[in-house]
Amino acid sequence: MNILYDERVDGALPRVDKAALLFELRESLPDLEILYSQEDLLPYECDGLSAYRVVPLLVVLPKRIEHVQALLKICHARQVPVVARGAGTGLSGGALPLEQGILLVMARFNRIIEVNPEGRYARVQPGVRNLAISQAAAPHGLYYAPDPSSQIACSIGGNVAENAGGVHCLKYGLTVHNLLKVEILTIEGEYMTLGSDALDAPGFDLLALFTGSEGMLGIVTEVTVKLLPKPQVARVLLASFDSVEKAGRAVGDIIAAGIIPGGLEMMDNLSIRATEDFIHAGYPVDAAAILLCELDGVEADVQEDCECVEAVLRAAGATDVRLACDEAERARFWAGRKNAFPAVGRISPDYYCMDGTIPRRELPGVLNGITELSEEYGLRVANVFHAGDGNMHPLILFDANQPGELERAEALGGKILELCVAVGGSITGEHGVGREKINQMCAQFNSDELTLFHAVKHAFDPQGLLNPGKNIPTLHRCAEFGSMHVHHGKLPFPELERF
Amino acid sequence: MRHDHDASAALLEQVNQALNERTPLRIQGSNSKNMLGRPVAGEVLDTRSHRGIVSYDPTELVLTARAGTPLVDIEAALDAAGQMLPFEPPHFGPGATLGGMVAAGLSGPRRPWAGSVRDYVLGTRVITGHGKMLRFGGEVMKNVAGYDLSRLMAGSFGCLGVLTEVSLKVLPKPRKCQSLRLEMDLHQALGELAEWGQQPIPISAASYDGHALHLRLEGGEGSVASAVERLGGEYLDGSYWTDLREQRLGFFEAPQPLWRLSLPHNSAPIELPGRQLLDWGGAQRWLKSDAPAEQIRQAVARIGGHATLYESDPASFHPLDGPLLRYHRNLKLQLDPQGIFNPGRLYAEV
Repeated sequence: MNILYDERVDGALPRVDKAALLFELRESLPDLEILYSQEDLLPYECDGLSAYRVVPLLVVLPKRIEHVQALLKICHARQVPVVARGAGTGLSGGALPLEQGILLVMARFNRIIEVNPEGRYARVQPGVRNLAISQAAAPHGLYYAPDPSSQIACSIGGNVAENAGGVHCLKYGLTVHNLLKVEILTIEGEYMTLGSDALDAPGFDLLALFTGSEGMLGIVTEVTVKLLPKPQVARVLLASFDSVEKAGRAVGDIIAAGIIPGGLEMMDNLSIRATEDFIHAGYPVDAAAILLCELDGVEADVQEDCECVEAVLRAAGATDVRLACDEAERARFWAGRKNAFPAVGRISPDYYCMDGTIPRRELPGVLNGITELSEEYGLRVANVFHAGDGNMHPLILFDANQPGELERAEALGGKILELCVAVGGSITGEHGVGREKINQMCAQFNSDELTLFHAVKHAFDPQGLLNPGKNIPTLHRCAEFGSMHVHHGKLPFPELERF
Repeated sequence: MRHDHDASAALLEQVNQALNERTPLRIQGSNSKNMLGRPVAGEVLDTRSHRGIVSYDPTELVLTARAGTPLVDIEAALDAAGQMLPFEPPHFGPGATLGGMVAAGLSGPRRPWAGSVRDYVLGTRVITGHGKMLRFGGEVMKNVAGYDLSRLMAGSFGCLGVLTEVSLKVLPKPRKCQSLRLEMDLHQALGELAEWGQQPIPISAASYDGHALHLRLEGGEGSVASAVERLGGEYLDGSYWTDLREQRLGFFEAPQPLWRLSLPHNSAPIELPGRQLLDWGGAQRWLKSDAPAEQIRQAVARIGGHATLYESDPASFHPLDGPLLRYHRNLKLQLDPQGIFNPGRLYAEV
């Protein structure tokens, strides 16, 4: 791990007396499961971003929400940092433990409290898996729309913390668009309800603020999600292109035709070949790019849309357009896309997944820029793209056993994100900042904007005990990072001392 | 029509002056939503000189405009490209502005199916209580970097900062639209809505006026045609929805105070003195009633809802419970430490 990612860059670590803390927790919460020995703690040293590892001070695995409340009160009184963790599938190190902090594992709160088909909502505990909600709603013809690729494992509490997305965001939105209500505990151990059972709530929209706040403002204890009627039919078109520019333009043409596809994905040649070798989805291995376009809804509309999109794709220069002839072929087309990451994992010892977003029109320029960076750093990059909503997932291929390659991959990733920011995009569309992109936050936001973020944090957690060192960088960190980085031709934070 | 103009420097200067002199500001566009919220004393900060669409690319589905831009200008630009603001914001006056739309956070009849104003806010530029012009969010569909301050601005009634620019997601208009009127009683209407809501019927508005259920269907030719055939009823002119949104239906002319009840959509009919009109498929119910505020608020709170009085009144908004109010206060203190932005508009404490 590069020194710039270390939590010490943000300041000295708090000093926590582990033995005294353990003693107090056992005294006050005798039936709370606590892990404290090195061998028990080790499995929790990372989340889905395994390149970053820190062994936590303690791990707690509560089964009752009252235990979470009591724990938070103790941590608040003793000034002990707390990192919440759901299923640990996050890709940005948002649940990376802290050396001097408690890792609060919420995975055991896995009960679906209520599925209400007339009200079209489900009320669930935070450790319930994303897919389990849709499975519970399925007998009523309903489902929960956001579907991050980790949906079989990731928990809804983590989805709220990260504002998780998926392949259907353009039409169905992110997590924030699919929530009614979130119950939280503050760092002081106080219950608070954000949102309501109705479509809005009085006062500021704290539900919107809380969603995607990466465990920095409170701990999720219960979530009420909206359920939608399952689309009657879904059809998928697979279009091949001899250039990524043409594929990119075709995406704009589909939108211009007034159609919002349920899913619209692009893959470049390296991803296509890796995937085809692995899954045999029937992808054209010679194509420079493919587009997968899913149209869903009522049968008659989908029919109209399919005809329209096929014509648009051909006019945009597609060399081939195929409509999945049955459900099996549709599943196969999607299996390729959904296994693109592991497929790339087969052609490289390690890969590093980026998550930048860009205005779609910038796609050709950004892809060219990535190609140039890839050559400069001597690492291959495969591109998988939520083309409909401008969310790119460049996968940087490297070998962690080769000295220096991980650092080169990190540096290349950072450059790709800065390229996204430079064209008006964002460093993260759905994976979150966590620890991974903490330094690139200094490129996306100036010191006044970061100061305001810290002010928001201060309103909820003035001592900075909830997940410190994630999401929002300290100005000190940005000054350190900025010493190697020039933003828009100007050195950021000129007012700060350099170290 | 006045020309596009970037007045952000002047707005920033006025805020900085107010900060220096510790004078509160009353932020307004055309003042079309002044019937909502508590009265505010302060020097007027008029956003209307800061106007104009900054960028709009229909294929990106993103429009960025200055806060003082009239809503009618934005809707005309979208209309010309076959697109729309899916949340159908009420104007409540010919001069309604983009900034007021976001600050009030009000959405029209399509809201339960398409989402609210805040759902479509992608980015904002804001003058803060520290006298800085800052940018949050952006012009991309997905962006989870930092806290979502842009969406927090929606419905904050100017209490957290001055909006100067907003980027919105927009959508293509549906290919086909047909409204229907079906005579039935309220219980039957709520029952039908609960059942249809679980099926892929392309409903985009549903209202009950005391006599009949009014429905709007939107989608492709095929789905709308088959839903019309299945549901029956008589054709209804689409202007009903604009009149409902702008509160121009006869119902709104009654002399009693107007209340907005926000409820779980499948709530049983609420017994309260006065007349009611259902919107949002039951999730928004308009009440014309002389009943005491306390009685109305208790009745809706019992079933998980809240009530807003549509009159400039010290108790316009539903009161917050203790912890929630405290965190509102904390947030206000952090973002507007001198309390100069619309002080007390939402609650006395913020």
